[in-house]
Amino acid sequence: MSKGRYGIHGGQYIPETLMNAVNDLESAYEHYKNDPQFCRELEDLYREYAGRPSLLYYAEKMTKDLGGAKIYLKREDLNHTGSHKVNNALGQALLAKKMGKTRLIAETGAGQHGVATATVAALMGMECEIFMGKLDTERQALNVYRMELLGAKVHPVTSGTMTLKDAVNETFREWVSRIDDTHYVLGSVMGPHPFPMMVRDFQAVISKEIKSQILEKEGRLPDAVIACVGGGSNAIGAFYNFINDESVRLIGCEAAGLGVDRPENAATMTNGRLGIFHGMKSYFCQDDFGQIAPVYSISAGLDYPGIGPEHANLKDTGRAEYVPITDEEAVCAFEYLSRTEGIIPAIESSHAVAYALKLAPQMGKDQIIVINISGRGDKDVAAIARYRGVDIHD
Amino acid sequence: MTKIRHAFENKKAFIAFITAGDPDLETTEKLIYEMADKGVDLLEIGIPFSDPIAEGPVIQEADLRALNSGTTTDKIFEMIERIRSDISIPLVFLTYCNSVFAYGTEKFTARCEQIGIDGLIIPDLPYEEMEEVSPFCEKHGIDLIELVAPTSQERVYKIAKASRGFLYIVSSLGVTGVRESINTDLSKIVEASRSVSDIPCAVGFGISTPEQAEEICRYADGVIIGSAIVRIIAEYGRDSVIPVGEYVRKIAEVCHK
Repeated sequence: MSKGRYGIHGGQYIPETLMNAVNDLESAYEHYKNDPQFCRELEDLYREYAGRPSLLYYAEKMTKDLGGAKIYLKREDLNHTGSHKVNNALGQALLAKKMGKTRLIAETGAGQHGVATATVAALMGMECEIFMGKLDTERQALNVYRMELLGAKVHPVTSGTMTLKDAVNETFREWVSRIDDTHYVLGSVMGPHPFPMMVRDFQAVISKEIKSQILEKEGRLPDAVIACVGGGSNAIGAFYNFINDESVRLIGCEAAGLGVDRPENAATMTNGRLGIFHGMKSYFCQDDFGQIAPVYSISAGLDYPGIGPEHANLKDTGRAEYVPITDEEAVCAFEYLSRTEGIIPAIESSHAVAYALKLAPQMGKDQIIVINISGRGDKDVAAIARYRGVDIHD
Repeated sequence: MTKIRHAFENKKAFIAFITAGDPDLETTEKLIYEMADKGVDLLEIGIPFSDPIAEGPVIQEADLRALNSGTTTDKIFEMIERIRSDISIPLVFLTYCNSVFAYGTEKFTARCEQIGIDGLIIPDLPYEEMEEVSPFCEKHGIDLIELVAPTSQERVYKIAKASRGFLYIVSSLGVTGVRESINTDLSKIVEASRSVSDIPCAVGFGISTPEQAEEICRYADGVIIGSAIVRIIAEYGRDSVIPVGEYVRKIAEVCHK
């Protein structure tokens, strides 16, 4: 069995042209992750630039309103660039720089990972090109302009469904064409080894902080941690340091779009089958002949037909649960958290909030839920207005 | 000796690629007859995939046309089965991992054996993951053709040893597609392969002109052409049989000189 396995999932299913590049990346990462100087530099960047640790906020009004478990919000939305994506972008860019790379490329769905990559590229004086599905450039026009402001070149991808999976295809194609000076900053815990491991390690800071913050505030571990999953990077980050704490339920919320029974969904864990795509063995939405399905979600960041291999294994072993959340449920949660706590969550994170709205009332008042608010929702305001039939003129 | 190795005997082999079902399977069938008749030594038939990450725009669009015309793995198998006894040259499938895996690797390779497919080329199955498919290929007598790239360096040795049928040398960085010139020193890769194996070496990616084919034949055992042919099919559609025949005849002439 090849490297980078999580149960039967993972591996390195990529063209030969890239094999030495991922092998080099793996050895560099194995070296630097134990290098005190590298770790110090990354910690400094997390603290001084990204604004870590992010707050663990007790959502008192929401808790009282739901009348069940005590709810805490992990405020990844307060990070510089507005989401958890900066944790990974800083880690990979610092590593790429140590490896002598001068150019960063990345895919992006909602634009959050593209913005984070463009930001760190500006900070570290590196060239940056971002690939984004044309459909996503339209629904997230503000983020396109942000990336350009930050000095990145944004390529609208017109192949396939013109969304996140096609952006990943195109970024792989670009990387195959130019490897020497270029690092592919993959944005999620997916793709070929070592990406799922490396991205998880950079995101694991989320659960490391949650653990020490909740122990300080409550003197005990939470009963449930809830996060949204597309590829699954914020969720694995929020879960990772709790995997061995069996009393903590780990719940991933995937995008059910218009409903899991309709073709317009991106619920990989509910509807997907085992497959091999984008460098990994995992679950994918696909037809009988293995053609990857054109998935849909209101959330451009969850609009992906696969899921990271470590999540696939957490599902197989039963350690984590995965639940589908529809567009409508997510939009209601988006509005609920805005009104109740004065916090506008990303439409992605709203999928996690939506499940907490169902779960909290069923739990006791002595129990604790942590919801990972992976990003802020400013970028989504126009799309939510459209969804509600409100016409906004800029 | 496998049927594929036979294609390289006493001559340079011309290997041609088309996507099955582009623009429809009836045309593909006619193209296979025409290309075998006009001197192609080995035919690589692409199973269209929704997300072909190793392909440039020309073959991406061919895959899309094929899928839009309703082409499926089963329909391709049926077409090949029908015509196989009329075609004497070796036939191989170019397919992405997921098309094989979703069909069931055992079922897929058994069906390939049954209909007379001689080899498989899987661009997203590198040496490290060969085990996924190679035991099934061995069981059913199908050559699993491995690829090496300009970035492979010392990996060339172990890949050349593991490859069956022939060794597919990717000429340049990047995806498939026509290129003006090829700047990689490919003869070094051929030499490296020959130092460990007697497997024939064929070069593909970016080749379109008879001059380029002639140049490659000086040091390699075969030439692979895909996008240049698919471009003709894109232009002429159902009427592409004659222009494709004319094109492959010119390349075959150079290779067999």
